Amino acid sequence: MTSTLDVVLWVVVPYVCLAVFVLGHVWRYRYDKFGWTTRSSQLYESRLLRWASPMFHFGILFVFLGHVMGLGIPKSWTRAVGMSDELYHFLAISIGTVAGVCTVVGMALLIWRRRTVGPVFSATTRMDKVMYLVLAVVIALGMWNTIAGSILNLGGHYDYRDGVSVWFRGIFRFDLHPELMAEAPIGFQLHGMSAMLLFALWPFTRLVHVFSAPVGYLWRPYVVYRSQGPNRLGTRADRRGWERVGAGDRPGDR
Amino acid sequence: MKVMAQMAMVMNLDKCIGCHTCSVTCKQAWTNRTGTEYVWFNNVETRPGQGYPRTYEDQSRWEGGWTLNKRGRLQLKAGGRLKNLLTIFASPKQPSIDQYYEPWTYDYENLTDAPLQEHTPVVRPKSLLTGQDMKVSWSANWDDDLGGGPQLLRDDPVLAQVSDKVKLEFEQTFMFYLPRICEHCLNPSCAASCPSGAIYKRSEDGIVLVDQDACRGWRKCVTGCPYKKVYFNHRTGKAEKCTFCFPRVEVGLPTVCSETCVGRLRYIGLVLYDADRVLEAASEPDETKLLAAQRSVLLDPHDPAVQREAERAGIPRDWVEAAQRSPVWHLISRYEIALPLHPEYRTMPMVWYIPPLSPVVDVVAETGEDAERADNLFAAIEHLRIPVEYLAGLFTAGDTAPVTGVLKRLAAMRSYMRDINLGRDADASIPESVGMDPDEMYAMYRLLALAKYDERYVIPSAHAEQAHALEELATECALDYDGGPGMGGSGPFGEGSGGAYLNDPIAVENFHMLKQRQTTDTVADPASRKARVNLLNWDGKSTPDGLFPPRPGPDGADLREPASDDSAAVVQPRPAGGQPGGPAGAGTAGGPLEPGVVPGEPGSRSPGDPSRGGDEGPADGSGTGGGAR
Repeated sequence: MTSTLDVVLWVVVPYVCLAVFVLGHVWRYRYDKFGWTTRSSQLYESRLLRWASPMFHFGILFVFLGHVMGLGIPKSWTRAVGMSDELYHFLAISIGTVAGVCTVVGMALLIWRRRTVGPVFSATTRMDKVMYLVLAVVIALGMWNTIAGSILNLGGHYDYRDGVSVWFRGIFRFDLHPELMAEAPIGFQLHGMSAMLLFALWPFTRLVHVFSAPVGYLWRPYVVYRSQGPNRLGTRADRRGWERVGAGDRPGDR
Repeated sequence: MKVMAQMAMVMNLDKCIGCHTCSVTCKQAWTNRTGTEYVWFNNVETRPGQGYPRTYEDQSRWEGGWTLNKRGRLQLKAGGRLKNLLTIFASPKQPSIDQYYEPWTYDYENLTDAPLQEHTPVVRPKSLLTGQDMKVSWSANWDDDLGGGPQLLRDDPVLAQVSDKVKLEFEQTFMFYLPRICEHCLNPSCAASCPSGAIYKRSEDGIVLVDQDACRGWRKCVTGCPYKKVYFNHRTGKAEKCTFCFPRVEVGLPTVCSETCVGRLRYIGLVLYDADRVLEAASEPDETKLLAAQRSVLLDPHDPAVQREAERAGIPRDWVEAAQRSPVWHLISRYEIALPLHPEYRTMPMVWYIPPLSPVVDVVAETGEDAERADNLFAAIEHLRIPVEYLAGLFTAGDTAPVTGVLKRLAAMRSYMRDINLGRDADASIPESVGMDPDEMYAMYRLLALAKYDERYVIPSAHAEQAHALEELATECALDYDGGPGMGGSGPFGEGSGGAYLNDPIAVENFHMLKQRQTTDTVADPASRKARVNLLNWDGKSTPDGLFPPRPGPDGADLREPASDDSAAVVQPRPAGGQPGGPAGAGTAGGPLEPGVVPGEPGSRSPGDPSRGGDEGPADGSGTGGGAR
């Protein structure tokens, strides 16, 4: 039996947040290509950053992959390829813990650096602060769930692959199971809810740089030559209502 | 053969007096903004010296440029593509702000605001990064004119290569100035390092630019550039670099640094090069042969085969003609007296230098010998190993032969021209001794000594049919800065965010800015305390409230109601009623813009009132207030 509150929390809120996530990115990219950057602070300070930043970023990449595994892949699939639940659990816990510890330590160092190094702190926007807070809460709760829930088994064993994961996949398949989240331990509930908040904030923070991961660099030619195509003026497309007209005797004319 | 055109520059170092005018005007034009306080697209270094940023030439430390890998293939010195991507989270070889300098300002306000006290109030230096007090201990030209002496000179990477012979006793040393801009390389390692592909080379004229919309601030270009001429704007989080003043070059004007050069030592022109041969030339295994390889990539624009290929490549005929008249091509390829800076970085730099003969001449003159005689100078060039080796370290990867060759040609030109200037018979054996014929030597002399503006700068303007393609190609967003005209301050996501669509392109910005300056004829309006501006933080371009008098725009939007300004009388009064023929009337937007007047706006004028003439003052007509701005 699901209450209205459960539906609001685990159906309405996720859809709203994910819609904001998607539309927000579209909007931000169109409105603010110039602001779409990592806003690196390495110029100000590099001694701490050299260790903390790779630690955090590689850690969070593995955490992300772990979430893809845990949330995206049903139990039946891993069983089908012959992976026992125990083996899966062992892999998830071992790799997840290492990645999680890297992430948490890296993040702690980065936040400490951001607060204590003068130039870095003065280059921190209000939005950055909000983002750091939410991101830290999400990561801390996730770490707590891993340690307390899965390693120490505080409050009894909870198999998220039968609960949270099914609920999460259901969101994308329109197969809604708010009751699964309502039954989940409070730690998982809070982690999920704060993650949704983070998704909603995402497009309005510097986190957008995740989506410009320059993977194409591996294949593109070293030196880029650019000549303007005949149909575009400047690097941006013409605004509606300002399309150029011409007599058709020049390359730029339509 | 794939012919491409390249804008290139030559600087004649003998003429540089180290006045820094180029640096200052460049800064005013391009980097006078928050986030780029420490950035000098053009800087002038004293050599020997550490340069800017400090010791940038030490590639064993900074890993800029290219190198040959074990298989002899060209590779970025900082590592291959995968390594480049894996080190993206903390670029390991990037100079920190200390290698440049921490920008600062002074707390001048304290001079006027300090309470009455026994001692004179002082202005403290304040960091522009933190706003806190700071101790100024380094800046862009801290070691100007050998300042800091042997202590700082020790760290000059080029000097270190020859240092075992250098005593560096202060009175025996030598120095010259080295102005530097972005090299706009044929094989740019900054572009090759950019993970986002935001740095590109314009195929029309070879200018290397950063697409501000595509830059994601990975800052790999800073590592990649061995000349450290790509800078990180720490407020916008984007890379910025010298643009070769492309908006000027496109209309046939020289760059700002060249235009304002007091010594007239810069030459700008086109060179044609074979793009297919760049990689091969840059992969030359012997570093000392890189200079010859680089020269061989350039094509002779007089060669009919080259002209044919240029036409096939779509290079306009007048561009080829400009390449034939190009002073740069003559200095590089015909007279062979211009040398590239650090060819061993394998980027094929396209700003070339004529090495200075002055240290040699000075030494000969000090001995009491005739410093204009070719024999004396030739002997001195051979004898003065240290300056020559130092120059070779800068321009020829350590090979002294080309440097000696250039210096001999310059020396020969001196003594050959002295005979002519003194009315003696010209000695044809002097040009011959350096492998030139007399006519050629005279032409070289003309180009070096007499060339006028349009001989020094042979810049074909972009074609009308290309204009669309070139206009505002890349860097318009460099104007998105704190309080800038396109910005209206900091965006919601940090400095310079948002407002991308609201920007004026450069041309529009310059037009309004110029118009505003030309039509402004009173000092700032101190009407309200709130409107007072701290000039220290003014970047020279934006127009904060109260810094300028209200702009007499046709829409009247900027006109203020003088009646509400209780201190309006402080403003310099001007006669009411206007003077149609006076400077105010002549300079301001007169009749043609009249229709823009908005009725009902405070201070809007009645177009029909003849007594107002061209005066843009508010319409209340009251005594001093009427003319006050």
